[in-house]
Amino acid sequence: MSSLGFEQFPDYQVPGVKHADFSPYESNGGSIVAIAGDDFAVIAADTRLSSGYNIHSRSQSKLFKLSPLTVLGSTGCWADTLSLTGLMKVRMQSYEHTHLRTMTTDAVAQMLSITMYNRRFFPYYVSNILAGIDKDGKGVVYSYDPIGHCEKATYRAGGTAGTLLQPVLDNQIGYKNMNLAASEVPKLTKERAVSVASDTFISAAERDIYTGDSVLINIITKDGIEVKELTLRQD
Amino acid sequence: MALAEICKISNAPYMKPSAWSSADAEDDLRGLTCNLANPYTLAAPPFENPMHNLNQIQANAGKTGIKIDFDHGTTTLGFKFKGGVLLAVDSRATGGQYIGSQSMKKIVEINQFMLGTLAGGAADCVYWDRVLSKECRLHELRNKERISVAAASKIMANIAHEYKGMGLSMGMMLAGYDKRGPGLYYVDSEGSRTPGNLFSVGSGSLFAYGVLDSGYHWDLEDEEAQELGRRAIYHATFRDAYSGGIIRVYHIKEDGWVNISNTDCMELHYKYQELKEQQQAAQ
Repeated sequence: MSSLGFEQFPDYQVPGVKHADFSPYESNGGSIVAIAGDDFAVIAADTRLSSGYNIHSRSQSKLFKLSPLTVLGSTGCWADTLSLTGLMKVRMQSYEHTHLRTMTTDAVAQMLSITMYNRRFFPYYVSNILAGIDKDGKGVVYSYDPIGHCEKATYRAGGTAGTLLQPVLDNQIGYKNMNLAASEVPKLTKERAVSVASDTFISAAERDIYTGDSVLINIITKDGIEVKELTLRQD
Repeated sequence: MALAEICKISNAPYMKPSAWSSADAEDDLRGLTCNLANPYTLAAPPFENPMHNLNQIQANAGKTGIKIDFDHGTTTLGFKFKGGVLLAVDSRATGGQYIGSQSMKKIVEINQFMLGTLAGGAADCVYWDRVLSKECRLHELRNKERISVAAASKIMANIAHEYKGMGLSMGMMLAGYDKRGPGLYYVDSEGSRTPGNLFSVGSGSLFAYGVLDSGYHWDLEDEEAQELGRRAIYHATFRDAYSGGIIRVYHIKEDGWVNISNTDCMELHYKYQELKEQQQAAQ
């Protein structure tokens, strides 16, 4: 209390005075889907930014281009997203100036994990998915928990509709529980990855109030990042 | 500025006209990413007693809809026997009720001769295992000799003790082979550190112990030991909802660790069921 100038505020309960709950976070919603292929990675996020039942923005991109081969998708508490992505951008720029080369996607993935763990005792309230091309030219996806546990994956959904979208990907991309031999698994094309990612968002917009308006899709290949936009329901 | 005076924020960096000079920005950056340079310095929270405050946020989740679910790991086991040390783990990571991953690596390869298993907070275990792996390499460079499992586990226990009461959640086994032979230590976030011949850690550990205790003895052959570990984890994945996915078996011998197998639970389920039916038919 002393920081607010109330030196003598009593520690015991005072009638009529209620201690406010400690709630430093806000959930601003939004979902991310990322799919990695042999030589490409697709990452998509919706553009709705809301708080409770209010929609703040219908056109806020949640995808952050960190390098020509790496894109970070981040949702959760938007303030934390801005703080974290800002920090990542500055750190990557400083790496580029000191080492005279761009950070690889794998290096960015590890740095993001450590940067998030720095706030172990007051975590960033964010759901992060990183997509890009690794140093061998393959597509990769990394997903994170709020304190920086990082896992490499081939496809992943996150954000408010993450639990709604992941099972669709398990079925359509992972072919889970179909008992397919390795040779029977169809090769994932860029077109199919984009169309599955779009479809998952159409489904999410039907059922999740925090996901909608439109989807921004980034298709990352060694030649650069192609951006597509798809309009969802506007309600 | 009178209000700023009353609120005692007039000295705060954001109240200064020259707030974003490059020196300030650099200081800020250093502060926000201080653990990149020194992994032991984590940012201090802007409140006292982080464990209490973070639990408070979780407790308010019903009202605010904001819940921070960390990935949690589960059944792991390890035992020493005449052929070295054997570790077996599942691969399910859960955040609350949600299965965050079915393919997590719960055995961390610290170096060619030492492994760490991971239960509790996934980020805590992986972060500090990475720090430990750095310390082990530094020990090797300074002393021209590999670190013993005893010393490595002591480093880990010291880290855990340093952060005791702050809310870290780790239950790990450190296993390796050094000049004293096979080593196995249990270290947790409360700071305890115990050597032993047989451990199982995590929510499925009770089920694993049941199978393990009925089949364990010192003179197991390599393949028997590997199968015992695998079967113990399989039975834990069957009865414990927080365990599942892939069963990974590692074996540490005198010349380092070997990854014996990574088998899907489902595959093992049908294999063991078939064995059971064969045994019944034979009787």
